[in-house]
Amino acid sequence: MDINELLEPFVRMLDAAATPAVVRAIEHGGSVDALWQEIAESGFLDALVAEEHGGAGLSLADIEPLIEALGARAVPLPVAETMVARALLASAGVAAPEGPIVLVTSLAQPVPCGLVAHAALVDCGDALMLCEMAALVPQPTGVTNALAARLSGTPDGIRLPRPASGLRAIGAVLRAALIAGAAAQLCDVTTAYASERVQFGKPIGRQQSLQQMLALMAEDMIACRIAAQMGASRGLDVPIATAATAKSTASAAAPRIAATAHAVHGAIGISEEYDLQLLTRRLHEWRMADGSEGYWSQVLGQQRLGSDATSVDWVRQAVFA
Amino acid sequence: MFDTLTLAQLPPEDEALRPAIRAFIEQHIAAIPMDRRARSWQGFSAEFSRALGAAGFLGLTLPKEYGGHGKGPFARFVVVEELLCAGAPVAAHWIADRQSAPLLLNFGTEAQRSKHIPAICRGEQLFCIGMSEPGSGSDLASVRTRADRTGRGWVVNGQKIWTTNAMHSDYMIALVRTSGTSADRQAGLSQLIIDLKAPGVTVRPIVDLTGDAHFAEVFFENVELDQDTLVGAEGEGWKQVVAELAFERSGPERIYSSVVLLDAWIRHLQAVGRSDCAALVGRLTAELATLRAMSIACTARLVAGESPVVEASIVKDRGTGFEQELPVVIGDDLAAHPDEAVSEELYRTLLYVTHIAPSFSLRGGTREILRGIIARGMGLR
Repeated sequence: MDINELLEPFVRMLDAAATPAVVRAIEHGGSVDALWQEIAESGFLDALVAEEHGGAGLSLADIEPLIEALGARAVPLPVAETMVARALLASAGVAAPEGPIVLVTSLAQPVPCGLVAHAALVDCGDALMLCEMAALVPQPTGVTNALAARLSGTPDGIRLPRPASGLRAIGAVLRAALIAGAAAQLCDVTTAYASERVQFGKPIGRQQSLQQMLALMAEDMIACRIAAQMGASRGLDVPIATAATAKSTASAAAPRIAATAHAVHGAIGISEEYDLQLLTRRLHEWRMADGSEGYWSQVLGQQRLGSDATSVDWVRQAVFA
Repeated sequence: MFDTLTLAQLPPEDEALRPAIRAFIEQHIAAIPMDRRARSWQGFSAEFSRALGAAGFLGLTLPKEYGGHGKGPFARFVVVEELLCAGAPVAAHWIADRQSAPLLLNFGTEAQRSKHIPAICRGEQLFCIGMSEPGSGSDLASVRTRADRTGRGWVVNGQKIWTTNAMHSDYMIALVRTSGTSADRQAGLSQLIIDLKAPGVTVRPIVDLTGDAHFAEVFFENVELDQDTLVGAEGEGWKQVVAELAFERSGPERIYSSVVLLDAWIRHLQAVGRSDCAALVGRLTAELATLRAMSIACTARLVAGESPVVEASIVKDRGTGFEQELPVVIGDDLAAHPDEAVSEELYRTLLYVTHIAPSFSLRGGTREILRGIIARGMGLR
């Protein structure tokens, strides 16, 4: 399938429904129902569900650009997570609940979009558990405008089989794709701003120092995109090493990308009414969610040290193959 | 932004080349010590290059009618990746195979193609690229070496410097001024094939800080050349060079220059049974994997028939940054364990790469120039 046939209607829907004003309203405590209904009615939530279970039967690689589009718009709902959850539920023969579902891989740290989810798919180590969100007592983190939630309690609900690498590896790939999408949008708006903003009689983007910074930002953005695509290329059975590569690369780049975007924008970039912060706050949240670059580097390094192969051979076999 | 640079796969028919090139490498370089193999694509062996040509691994992307193998850039990626990871001494044929032959194929006359390309594919004609001059480094358009028309061709006067392998090469493809002055910038530049054995050519090797002499200065004093040494159109030299640089900058040699050291360090960690630096190993491994995917994505643009000048700059700038980071962090790790024995070979490999690493972001376009090209691609210039 031509990716644009899939992407264009999705992007059109998001551009109409998830405007920065809508994102802000939800972050300020407004209802997610209207936005969720638009997304649900678009039919994309069952993109990953197999055709025999009534879904579109697409692969994670097919929908990776859609996840980037969600990231680029800072969509304040767990849309990619719900797509994955619905696919796992369908293949286990479990009816999916209506409403947004988050993937939970730890109760120790906040879960993005936890305040706006209706259900959680929890990785219990030996199985997955579908829980109602209320059972995990989602609490605000106290971070301004954040939709992440602290969770507690003992997960209890419907058990289903756990994918081989666990939910954290899948979550890592989703975060990498969200980061890649936000990074692409930040590159666009930051480059545009540098071309418009005049100081010393010329656009600041004409200064070599800014050009060098922005070139590095573009390199990081491309690295995030390709790492995320590599992660997504392996579907929901993503090997740990592939997920680790995707998230380690994207998480390491995320703070650098946010820093450059803010440095170029100057003071206006940190003002609440300017849209930049919607994206940069997400970058930091996704960087930490489901394991930072430090976590995944440790995982990847331990696997690597266990092999006699040369580095490129190992990468070909463990990450690419 | 740069929307076409996306994940690509090496096709199975090109992956299928891997066992044969691996067997060839094993047979030919097993005896070369690690710190020699760390020279990567600066390791020179005319004999190895001729054997590689005889075994059918040169000219992979060139047409069969000129002695090539009619395959695509992905096939070249696979073979080059294996050669670099093994630290095979590929310098002799490197420039001819990577950019001179494709340049002649694209812009050369029929006579030039048949004179040079089959011999390049056999590993028998070695080429160097005459770009930098004493007054022209990053500002390449300011070159002053001149070629003036004579009754039977051209006469060349001037000087090139930092020319890789000039002292081992048979020919140089030189960027020279054929009209106007350096004030005319990119206009009036042309590319000429200069026989380095011609009267009036003097080549002086330059020793680098590692003790190697891989580059040289080349003097031209009334060097007479035939008419048919002009490559492409007179005055189009700049455009041709830019297209050539996309080949020069896009390959995996821009990510793998320090990979022999990386492997040596990991073998050391395994031998001493140390895993306190697993996170560092993992971070470097993730970067290696991401760069490999980026390099394959860039190769896919070549396959699509594009000249990915900006994309190649993105991969090269990030890739050389990685190549340069490796000796720094590995040196820190080894010396952070002062009571742990480090083999002589690993130590020499580390220090060789440490000392030569600055060249990684100079050769083929400096970091700052590449970032300028990327910024232009972003619409900032």
